Amino acid sequence: MSKKIMVSFKLNGTQTDVVVEPRELLIHTLREKCLHTGPHIGCETSHCGACTVDVNGMSVKSCTMLTVQAEEAELLTVEGLAKGGELHALQEAFMQEHGLQCGFCTPGMLIRAYRLLQENPNPSEEEIRYGMSGNLCRCTGYQNIVKAVQYASAKLRGETVTTSHPLMAEVSAH
Amino acid sequence: MIPRPFEYHVPRTLAEAISLLNQYGDTAKLLAGGHSLLPMMKLRFAEPGHLIDLGKLTELKGIREVGDEIRIGAMTTENELIGSKVLQEKCPLLIEGARQISDPQVRYRGTIGGDISHGDPGNDHPTLMIALDASFVLVGEHGERVVAADGFFLGTYMTQLEPGEIMTEIRIPTPAAGTGCCYAKLKRKTGDFATAATAVTLRMNREVVADVRIVLTNVAQCSLRALAAEQALRGKPLDDEHIAEAARLAMSVCEPAEDLRGDIEYKTAMAGEMTRRALSTALARATH
Repeated sequence: MSKKIMVSFKLNGTQTDVVVEPRELLIHTLREKCLHTGPHIGCETSHCGACTVDVNGMSVKSCTMLTVQAEEAELLTVEGLAKGGELHALQEAFMQEHGLQCGFCTPGMLIRAYRLLQENPNPSEEEIRYGMSGNLCRCTGYQNIVKAVQYASAKLRGETVTTSHPLMAEVSAH
Repeated sequence: MIPRPFEYHVPRTLAEAISLLNQYGDTAKLLAGGHSLLPMMKLRFAEPGHLIDLGKLTELKGIREVGDEIRIGAMTTENELIGSKVLQEKCPLLIEGARQISDPQVRYRGTIGGDISHGDPGNDHPTLMIALDASFVLVGEHGERVVAADGFFLGTYMTQLEPGEIMTEIRIPTPAAGTGCCYAKLKRKTGDFATAATAVTLRMNREVVADVRIVLTNVAQCSLRALAAEQALRGKPLDDEHIAEAARLAMSVCEPAEDLRGDIEYKTAMAGEMTRRALSTALARATH
């Protein structure tokens, strides 16, 4: 057994120290040691993106990064998106646009979309689909995820937003 | 999913990295972006005893022009290639290629040096590098040497990198103004390796081909230069007939492996089709 190493990083703004074997994957540290169980595991070949977290301003599949590589990093997981109990525009958007069903890909989708909108605040539909292509979803068929990212992008740009989803509009009206 | 245990090292200088690499010999592996190595370790195809992480070597990052060369640090990520102003202006082929590699998350981590050093015939950079006439700086205990991309790739996962050497830099002669280029890649979905792909760099002299390079991805043990096809085009107009002949000659050198992406016949035919498309697009982009 290789010797354990202490790793320090900032997780959603909180200084965090963990002791890990070098082989421990960041996704396992986040879920099992830090109890941030929003990021999920959907594959073992680095395809699905369910484990996506933001590392130093980059969207990273945390199943393909060692925790020891996160030394001094700034990490953002889905748990860090809402501020003061208020949903982030993206979380509101996924709800309003019905951009999730089982919710398993959602934490990864949200964190990836968060970085996409930082880099491209007004993406076209094509840019959204290309920019989200590292994240697989089994439920939605992606259509409403695209709408959700568009909704959030408009809201973050300060525009008035309304849901495009007929049932959600009815709910909001009551 | 679970790799075997190993010892982890984070050198702060290139000299330290080389010294560690020599100390641990063939039980050590260099860790760059980690998006080929860690997946192999998670499936226990690779079981190194030591990982030497190059992540803190900022000296291996960056893109700059030196004289008539573009120099790219080996640890420069795919995402950094795509965002590079220098490459947008001077070497758009590399951006077109990088945009077709994997997905956004992987491109934030995966590096150009790792893509090349891995020696996987499915990777795209080996082909792009040969098409761009690049060379690689390899540094070891006894100093550095510069090796041409054309000839660097020896077979599946085999390159001219010697034990104890680290690829530090990629050098690309700045393409002449008016050079047309294209990377045409057939894949089953975004993020997949090519079923077949072709990179073309092309210079026209009025109506005839002054110079051309045609390089194929994933249709042999390693990236493959279609020399006979290039030869057949030099001095000729790039009309349908000559493009078809070049595609036929490119197909004649293919030796693809049969797998879930298709059988030998299909991949060979697709290498021909990608060659046709890459030549036509490169022609449209070239200044005559």
